[in-house]
Amino acid sequence: MIAFRYVLVLVATLAVLNASAGTERSIVLASTTSVEASGLLANILPQFTAKTGITVNVIAQGTGKALDTARRGDADVVLVHDPEAEREFVDEGYSSTLRQIAWNDFIIVGPSSDPAHILGGKDSVTALKAIASARVPFVSRGDRSGTNTAELRLWRAAGRTSEALNPEKWYHDIGGGMGQALNAASAMSAYTLTDRATWLSFNNKGSLIIIIEGDSRLINRYDAIELNPRKHGAARLDAAKIFADWLVSPEAQRAIGAYQVNGQQLFNPSAASPK
Amino acid sequence: MSDFLEIVGLSISVSLAATAVAGAVSLPIGAALAIFPFVGQRLIVVLINAFFGLPPVVVGLVLYLALSRSGPLGFLELLFTPAAMVIAQTILAVPIITALVHRASERAWARYGDELITDGATRLQALPQILMIIRADLVTGVLAGFGRTVSEVGAVILVGGNIRGLTRTMTTTIALQTSQGDLSLALALGAVLVGISISISATVFALAGQARTAGSDEV
Repeated sequence: MIAFRYVLVLVATLAVLNASAGTERSIVLASTTSVEASGLLANILPQFTAKTGITVNVIAQGTGKALDTARRGDADVVLVHDPEAEREFVDEGYSSTLRQIAWNDFIIVGPSSDPAHILGGKDSVTALKAIASARVPFVSRGDRSGTNTAELRLWRAAGRTSEALNPEKWYHDIGGGMGQALNAASAMSAYTLTDRATWLSFNNKGSLIIIIEGDSRLINRYDAIELNPRKHGAARLDAAKIFADWLVSPEAQRAIGAYQVNGQQLFNPSAASPK
Repeated sequence: MSDFLEIVGLSISVSLAATAVAGAVSLPIGAALAIFPFVGQRLIVVLINAFFGLPPVVVGLVLYLALSRSGPLGFLELLFTPAAMVIAQTILAVPIITALVHRASERAWARYGDELITDGATRLQALPQILMIIRADLVTGVLAGFGRTVSEVGAVILVGGNIRGLTRTMTTTIALQTSQGDLSLALALGAVLVGISISISATVFALAGQARTAGSDEV
């Protein structure tokens, strides 16, 4: 009897705590750290919520983890930036619709002393080759994020697989988010690949500067992915569709293009003409 | 600033709720473990003490898999809600409070147990009296549980998801700000977290001190 009363207390507590989350309409967006940490979502989501009454709860993870969260059914819609991982996700039948909403670019940043002597170049692959032959510190996300897989693609183009890189003492796989990688690169005077949005909104750059930019291989595309109702029966797909449709609408595209940090535009809206 | 107050408020209410639930479970169980002899009692006590140091990230992971829509409790739709964080923190706090209550109850039972039984009380009737005798230790136990819950990050970030305005606590904010390179902001919030912990401890210890003085002739 006493035990029963405690169970009641527990249930009541949870019910009260959950009331705020359950009564209003809300969806879970599994997204990457770059769109969350750059402040973009916090900036544009209030417009969407004001218009539709739907709250978007953002879980910021690397692309690999975000897609896994969606595979388990714990997200209602996905916003990520890794073409290969996304294709796999679509091929597995998890997605119904995939639309590009914006792009920006990756950059290679490094210490201003530039020990690999690659500053100012445009060719990212040549730059990585120079870093490898100079054996100067390089920080890798190592977290299956979109940036991490983009980095490994460039290394493959430079003739190095991740199996060959991991034993190298100058190659530091930190297994963390973009900010953690930048913190580590700043502390170790290392090079690293970062998306431009996180870089521009990052506040602990230390001696890090942009070393390589403008390579066409460094383009970074963000896609909104809706889920397949046959695989995600429990997900709130109606509200998720309203959100995905809004992201490609002129209103949201304008908001994405207008978002600036320190006077710089972070994302180029591209729903109308995908890059 | 309103964001900040919201984060502090959520942190404290989630941890208070978890501590309250954990206390409601742990107080009777901790005392009962000392009062009622049964087979396997030692084993349970050893287990509870072992869970004292349960890694939050493991609790978070197991709970995450359980609450996931593809997990056994997915139908509850609790993942990425404050309720999930309360459950995680409750699991972390229960072993701590239970172990501390058990230790104190054991001492009190050794000293007053025979007396209570000869006065005609059953063991069940003696249980609240034992809890009354050790009330100062209960405060310490509950406080230790609160300290554990309000300061952990591994479990709440997994089951809460660090959602802005919904499940973002002080500790997950510190982790986030550090990852954005806002080290001074992270440190400031860390100072607030430490300050809050200290003031809650100080308040409760002051109250406990009064209780001890008031009840000094009983014990």
